[in-house]
Amino acid sequence: MSVLLSFPRKRESIPTVGVENAPTGTMGPRFRGDDKIGPALETAGAWMLALVWILPLAYALWAAIHPSAYSAHFVLDAPLTLENFARAWNAAPFARYFLNTFLLVTLILATQLVLCTLAAYAFARFAFVGRDIAFILVLLQLMIMPDVLIVENYRTMSALGIVDTIPAIGLPYMASAFGIFLLRQTFKSVPRELDEAARVEGAGPLTVLLKVYVPLAKPVYIAYGLVSVSYHWNNFLWPLIVTNSVNTRPLTVGLQIFASTDQGIDWSVITAATLMTSAPLLVAFLLFQRQFVQSFMRAGIR
Amino acid sequence: MMHGPEPAALVSVAATPPPRLQFSAQIHGWLLLLPAAVLLVTFTHYPAVATIIDSFFSTPKGRRAAVFVGADNYQAMLGDPVFWRALGNNIVYAASVIPLTIALSLAMAIWVNGKIAGRPFLRLSFFTPTVLPMIAVANIWLFFYAPGYGLLDQMLGLFGIPAHNWLGSQSTALLCLIAVAVWKDAGFFMIFYLAALQQMSPQLAEAAAIEGAGRWYVFRRITFPLLMPTTLFVLINAIINSFRLIDHIVVMTQGGPDNTTALLLFYIYEVGFKFWDTAYAATLTVVLLALLAIVALGQFLILDRRIHYQ
Repeated sequence: MSVLLSFPRKRESIPTVGVENAPTGTMGPRFRGDDKIGPALETAGAWMLALVWILPLAYALWAAIHPSAYSAHFVLDAPLTLENFARAWNAAPFARYFLNTFLLVTLILATQLVLCTLAAYAFARFAFVGRDIAFILVLLQLMIMPDVLIVENYRTMSALGIVDTIPAIGLPYMASAFGIFLLRQTFKSVPRELDEAARVEGAGPLTVLLKVYVPLAKPVYIAYGLVSVSYHWNNFLWPLIVTNSVNTRPLTVGLQIFASTDQGIDWSVITAATLMTSAPLLVAFLLFQRQFVQSFMRAGIR
Repeated sequence: MMHGPEPAALVSVAATPPPRLQFSAQIHGWLLLLPAAVLLVTFTHYPAVATIIDSFFSTPKGRRAAVFVGADNYQAMLGDPVFWRALGNNIVYAASVIPLTIALSLAMAIWVNGKIAGRPFLRLSFFTPTVLPMIAVANIWLFFYAPGYGLLDQMLGLFGIPAHNWLGSQSTALLCLIAVAVWKDAGFFMIFYLAALQQMSPQLAEAAAIEGAGRWYVFRRITFPLLMPTTLFVLINAIINSFRLIDHIVVMTQGGPDNTTALLLFYIYEVGFKFWDTAYAATLTVVLLALLAIVALGQFLILDRRIHYQ
């Protein structure tokens, strides 16, 4: 457990008073000049863990850009190729799957933004009867997510006659308790004076929302958008259940069908397909790393 | 004269708005909430209630409608060894994944927050699994665990350890899935610890250091207690994830061998969409909902209080 303990320090100079009183064996590196082993071990541990964590992606890259003969055979002079990507692309309707996922993610996010903004505004600024109970009922969805209600939601979709459509994949997620909660917190922090000033000018509730609240919440919208897009780009179980044709399947379901039936165990092609499906998110993440991390952070702090 | 009638009148207006305004607040509030409320009720509250109702009926077959069967489904469930297996697996899975993920994510956050060599790489590496689809990475892990030529066996082979069918043998299959789950989520939870650490005042640790406290002591008595709200948040999310996410099971083991890796939701999925026994699937879902309800209650009643009053 002692590897856990590199306590963060923002300042360089820390007085070395009181070293004599310290219990032996528990001192940090800055208090005992001769002890360099602790931090070195810790750094080594951190690096080991980081290498293990990146290994799956590194392997996928290796297998995807080398011929199949080298997929489990690691030598430095293995020839490079892009053929695996071409083979994967041609072996399944990935273009269609990309389009489906793009439509799905856009549809969900657009609806979520509108619905959650309206609901959050109601909770933050309107004193209506039953508000607190309604809010608790909304928060219930944080615990009982649509992912566990697959049986009944499938039945509902059949009754509505929309099984195997893209809206059916998105519908259970569109009124997102998480989005409502996040935006409500943000709207509540907007000074009431701004709101009242706009109303004095004669603006109605929707105008105030659009002119005052929405612009001020822009960073939260970006954060929520990134989290929502990555969640639904990666979502699998519900789309697997509710779709059964090429024209509706998102990438994750398409990839699974491709990997489990079409390919046997050709790792090169499977890893190429895997990288292709993850590429848009991965590239976006590598380019905007800071925004991604900050968005996930912002979305998580309550 | 100082407190004239004018300010007093203003105060009273602010305290009780005229009835006309209040009435419009009712209408506006509910109208704004309505679209989201309709969808929430249709796809969260209604199905949750319908699940409970359906668990007391039989599965409709062909032209035969569902009939009320009382607690028959529950009786069948109690006698179903696969249910007990899945529940047991899920408990073992949760009890391993949750503490491991939390410990690792905390370690990662402390490393990445401190002055460590190669910090950008570490952060990138820890966080990357979060943005990758579970379904995609499960396929890569499948190769790691492949018997004989898989990466794990190749590496262990260097030390003369014989090949092993990791996902095919009952003793190791669940462990393999636990590793994947920890790998996937630790970087995600790291972010929340990192955010909390960055908001923490460095003076606290410095003051303790001046008093001669060691780093382990500082961590145990200052950092960790101050991180308690974050730990609670991470804990709740980790618990929910351990019941909600079964993508890797669909890809890697399909619940096998001999149901050793069947988790509760995976069994629900199998019963509901492979055997099409919807009434029994609803009964199993009730158990899952009850577990989640206990988590929710625990959060509100016990943990919240302890952490705030410490």
